[in-house]
Amino acid sequence: MTALDNYVAPTSLEEAVEQLLELGEVTILAGGTDLMPQANAGRVKFKRTLMNIRRIPELRGIAREGDEIRIGALATISEIMAHPLVREHLPLLVSAGDHFASNQIRNAGTLGGNVCNASPAGDTLVPLMVLGASVELASMLDDKLYRRTMQLPEFFVGPGKTRLATAELLAAVRIPVPPQGFVARFHKFGTRPALDISAISIGVGGVLKNGVFSDVRVAFGAVAPTPVCGCATEEALEGKKLDAATIAAAAVAARDEVHPISDVRASDWYRKEMIHNMTKRILEDVSTTH
Amino acid sequence: MSQQLINLTLNGVPTKVSVPVDMSALEMIRNVTGLTGTKYGCGEGECGACTILLDGVSLNSCLLFAVECDGRQVTTIEGLASDPLGLRIEKAFVEAGAVQCGFCTPGMVVQARQLLQDNPHPTREEIQRGIEGNLCRCTGYVKIIDAIEAIAVGKES
Ligand SMILES: Cc1cc2nc3c(=O)[nH]c(=O)nc-3n(C[C@H](O)[C@H](O)[C@H](O)COP(=O)(O)OP(=O)(O)OC[C@H]3O[C@@H](n4cnc5c(N)ncnc54)[C@H](O)[C@@H]3O)c2cc1C
Ligand code: FES
Ligand code: FES
Repeated sequence: MTALDNYVAPTSLEEAVEQLLELGEVTILAGGTDLMPQANAGRVKFKRTLMNIRRIPELRGIAREGDEIRIGALATISEIMAHPLVREHLPLLVSAGDHFASNQIRNAGTLGGNVCNASPAGDTLVPLMVLGASVELASMLDDKLYRRTMQLPEFFVGPGKTRLATAELLAAVRIPVPPQGFVARFHKFGTRPALDISAISIGVGGVLKNGVFSDVRVAFGAVAPTPVCGCATEEALEGKKLDAATIAAAAVAARDEVHPISDVRASDWYRKEMIHNMTKRILEDVSTTH
Repeated sequence: MSQQLINLTLNGVPTKVSVPVDMSALEMIRNVTGLTGTKYGCGEGECGACTILLDGVSLNSCLLFAVECDGRQVTTIEGLASDPLGLRIEKAFVEAGAVQCGFCTPGMVVQARQLLQDNPHPTREEIQRGIEGNLCRCTGYVKIIDAIEAIAVGKES
């Protein structure tokens, strides 16, 4: 592979995707909070060109578009946590940010970087899955700016691997505005925020009406190579009254559907027990809302 | 490694430097522009000794690419010497005895400034959260938190 010998800082999305296509071998730089340490440790090799995308206005901003909230790829974790639209409609993202590293990292790290880095422990990924988010991807097609969208679970392939094509970049994350009565929780289990990679995280969301839980979404982080949907757990909950029996059944479904690894942080047995107990605790918490 | 010419405003002074594309802002500040107040502790975003302000927002300069400083305002601990809030924080650190070896101090002061700018009257707990990305191996944090709290509650001597 050729060494890094070129730097570009496009000032529009169109220019960026054009350069991506022309230059071919490009490393994309946003906040750098993943890229810099990964490069220093030799885990990532720079491609020939470093493309700084932070001069592209179309990748900034948080706005409502119809029944979706569009968060630009360059929105930092701090900007997301402080934004009125997010605070009103997507408090789950605010609580995810609460668990995220330190103030300095939240000020620099972007949502696009967190999603594209595709760590199974990435803290925005489980909440985004619970919120039914999709990614907006931009590239050049027939000399024109082309955008496609993809549901988040489909986007992740493995640790650090996504379906992003070589000449494509993530422009934004789109989140449907949750319906009335939507309740959601995110829990991450680690010891100290700034130093910790989560052993496990759980997100639960759904509409709670007269004690009945519907449109349920469950997702788990750090129990598989990618964040995963808790489909069996969803099924155990969908349309049911959120009482002790339903909660107990859902916690068992959660434990049975995850297949975590054993590593230095925790054994697979411990992780499964933790998923069971934490799913139970989160659902009890949800059931007492209102 | 190819070099890139960039223009930044460093502590209020327009500055032109040539940096390798993969250089960190920390390396640029210390080794290219010669301002050594900003410290290298870990190089990995864990310790906060390298905290600076970029367009008035605090971040770890060891994780920032120097090229990203092009066209932007960079403020280091040296720059806070001409900033009223920065000066108050420095004085409060001295008064509270919040400095021992002093290695973490520049990063602590810059981050304290960010905290007090976002939230002029933080509680002790909010102060702790605000500096959780800054490690200190000497003081046990109590006097650092005391110093920031003195400003928060207007009890500076
Ligand atoms: C000390 C420390 C603590 C951390 N703690 C946490 C934590 O608690 N939780 C957590 O989830 N993460 C944590 N991180 C990881 C990191 O801060 C986040 O993943 C952050 O959101 C990355 O964003 P960035 O803008 O800095 O990404 P960058 O480093 O700029 O990019 C990350 C990757 O994504 C690619 N990329 C970035 N943007 C785009 C785009 N728009 N289109 C295509 N590709 C793109 C880059 O090429 C690169 O491969 C931590 C990191 C450090 C150093
Ligand atoms: S040197 Fe940058 S955080 Fe430690
Ligand atoms: S005073 Fe020595 S590290 Fe803080």
